[in-house]
Amino acid sequence: MSKRTVEVELSTSGLDAQGRPQRVPLVTNDGGTAVALQPPPGLEPDLEGEHMLINIGPQHPATHGVLRLVLELDGETVVRCIPHIGYLHCGFEKIGEYRQYNQIICWTDREDYLNSIGNNVAFALGAERLFGIEITERCKVLRVIASELSRIMSHLVWLGTFCIDIGAFTPFLWAFQRREEIYRLIEKWVGARLTTTATRVGGMAADIPSGWMDGLRQFIRTFPHTLDEIDRVLTRNAIWVGRTVGLGVMTPEEAINWGLSGPMLRASGVDYDVRKDFPYLDYETYDFDVPVGTNGDVYDRYLVRFEELRQSLRILQQAADRLPDGPVNIDDPRVILPPKSKATSEMESMIHHFKVVMEGPRPPIGESYVAVESPKGEKGYYMVSDGTAKPVRWRIRPPSFVNLAAIPKMVEGHLLSDVIAINASIDIVMGEIDR
Amino acid sequence: MGLSAPTDHRTVSYSPESQEGWVTTRMDFIVNWARANSLWPMPFGTACCAIEFMATAASDFDLARFGMERMSFSPRQADVLICAGRVPFKLAPIIRRIWQQMPQPKWCISMGACASTGGMFDNYAVVQGIDTIIPVDVYVPGCPPRPEGLIYGIRMLQEKVKNERSSDAGTRDEMEPDPTSQLYIPPQVIDELGEPFGNSVNQTRSGL
Amino acid sequence: MTRFNVVRTGASASGDQPATQRNVSHRSGAANPSAKALQDKFSSGIKRVDVIWGETIVYVAPSAVHEVIRWLHDDPSQQYDFLSDVTAVEYRDADVPIEVVWQLRSLPYRRFIRVKAQIPKGSPLEITSVWDIYKSADWLERECYDMFGIRFNGHPDLRRILMWESYKEGFPLRKDFPLRGRFSRSEQLRQALAQNPEARYSMEELTIADAFAELPTDMRERLSKGERTGE
Repeated sequence: MSKRTVEVELSTSGLDAQGRPQRVPLVTNDGGTAVALQPPPGLEPDLEGEHMLINIGPQHPATHGVLRLVLELDGETVVRCIPHIGYLHCGFEKIGEYRQYNQIICWTDREDYLNSIGNNVAFALGAERLFGIEITERCKVLRVIASELSRIMSHLVWLGTFCIDIGAFTPFLWAFQRREEIYRLIEKWVGARLTTTATRVGGMAADIPSGWMDGLRQFIRTFPHTLDEIDRVLTRNAIWVGRTVGLGVMTPEEAINWGLSGPMLRASGVDYDVRKDFPYLDYETYDFDVPVGTNGDVYDRYLVRFEELRQSLRILQQAADRLPDGPVNIDDPRVILPPKSKATSEMESMIHHFKVVMEGPRPPIGESYVAVESPKGEKGYYMVSDGTAKPVRWRIRPPSFVNLAAIPKMVEGHLLSDVIAINASIDIVMGEIDR
Repeated sequence: MGLSAPTDHRTVSYSPESQEGWVTTRMDFIVNWARANSLWPMPFGTACCAIEFMATAASDFDLARFGMERMSFSPRQADVLICAGRVPFKLAPIIRRIWQQMPQPKWCISMGACASTGGMFDNYAVVQGIDTIIPVDVYVPGCPPRPEGLIYGIRMLQEKVKNERSSDAGTRDEMEPDPTSQLYIPPQVIDELGEPFGNSVNQTRSGL
Repeated sequence: MTRFNVVRTGASASGDQPATQRNVSHRSGAANPSAKALQDKFSSGIKRVDVIWGETIVYVAPSAVHEVIRWLHDDPSQQYDFLSDVTAVEYRDADVPIEVVWQLRSLPYRRFIRVKAQIPKGSPLEITSVWDIYKSADWLERECYDMFGIRFNGHPDLRRILMWESYKEGFPLRKDFPLRGRFSRSEQLRQALAQNPEARYSMEELTIADAFAELPTDMRERLSKGERTGE
């Protein structure tokens, strides 16, 4: 093999402007191994050595899924990080071109599986924009409740696994105990715990059963105790602070340019929240705050998400108070299934039922992109319709995908254990990244 | 395979000459009891089923009562590989590599519809069942299976472990594809291109 | 450690009260003011402006895309500083060209615009990369290449991202690619198992050795001159 020189960076001094060690140039010798061209100046001159190449994943407890990070280490310091994704690529967007709009809702559960009901809502909003449908008021409030419950569920998983990555195991158990309560609520409503498929184009799969609101109020009443408990254990904990402060800093300009969204962006000081800036489901009528950090590090991301949990409770309380009576689904039998009692007794309803199930509702020719604030960031579904029951293109704008792309920038110059903490703070879901 | 000569070590021998006496059966009982009640899982969690697996391991559905709370993320120390989630083709060599790294005795639970058969992902990207790559002992259906369902599958595996016999020489064999077997057709013989519409033999009647 | 000043965007910056859109019309909504500004500035580069369901779509000539997006990013009256998405759409009709879509947001002005460029299917699928304007385009364009085969000129590291690098079946999201793939299931499995995971776990990883020969020429030259690949 011919000698190939790839200079990773020409280092003129040992440290760069932020005080992180600069990378060293590599040369591939005739043996095929890459060696450092010269000892890195500014670092210990007598410790010439090769850089180690460490592979984390794709099967690893702390990568939050099948993510693969190839790290080039100088001792314990990360010199370069190359993430590899695609280990969970399951062809969602391709399948979407072969499914009706109501059928695609099943797939939206599985891509960001922590926020499954939130994804259902996001897709339904996009499809309703494409169809030109206005949903009922009750449906809007129910969807807000669903989205916020989903946000709480996702943040609890994030909190639990983040704690495990840093080394604290107990908050994981507390978080999952709370999640079981929400699972029971959602199971009473929709029938499934995790993969809910709760919405339909024009409404919801089912209305809440009687007595469900009591369960929700009970949850709202008891959840702050857990939050206070976790807060007491973590927020002022010296180990916690020591392991998270100052890591993975992204400046606001960098964060916007790298396309970060959600708590990653807000921790860096940019107060962009889709619910406030491009509202949907009447979010402008709810009274809630958007927490914004000022340091852009891992600790701030933890604080932002923690505060978002409290704000979600506020929204849930308001939504539970204002839930109006009325139908959940719109009254358009070409789009949504007629009630079973009508479908089995009236001929017209039966025909509509048949057409909606077999052929599927057909939107007019057009396209729509509706973005919602998922727990990970700006989640958007872009769908293009050519008038048939199956979309021409169904694109998922994955917030974790764009957030994860910034990990090489955040990780360089930090230690190996910091890589795990920074990776956990991005809150990635590989199902959404790879689709 | 089963029709080959009796000296084929893959066949199960139930001949009267097999050395099963009182001592071996008691040894089997103790060894199997110990193995079944301390199966250290290796969670190969990829997608939604991994979240239900975590929920099963958490407080409400505790896996510690089955001796499985010690998740071994290193295959070298694991007993049972629980493949929770869909496995795309890009991940296929990884799961095979992990399986090969696990020492015997080892078992595999395929959790969820996607790991068992490819699930709802009948497309170009997903392996249609991990049993095409590694040998599976228990399939747990569901999308995702409820924690009770996973526990039922684990109990089934425990029954399977308890019914193993040390006199079965083939039980703890590494099942590698045998090139001399008639069931293994070398890839050069298989046509490279599928049918005109690509794997249309798998098409359902609805034409999707 | 520096503390950043909070960057107020959108609603909190301008003080206006955005509301959930209701009863959005199909085609007769008002266009984004940026559309008019674009038409004034790049008269020939802008082919068409559509407003569908309240969203402004600007069709741009492929040769003018980089200039247009650069202007949308830099101009103080536009400030489209957030790139939401880069993707492509191929229609079922064989005559309709492939569209490459950029979804841009202006956080300070709270605007959203969709820029599209149409590339006819007969010609080589190439377009300029916007990586130099938005770093988020790095992975988004790589995915677009992986799924559609569209080459982004100027991208530092255009490799497959979701499928493995030696994937032979083609570009999955094209309409002539069947849902279940071109090869039989056994062949797909054989090719998948023949990937060598170790090939990435070596010093060759950093030189992108396996895919080096297939990289576009300009990228190979830049790599051999020692330029860093994508930050």
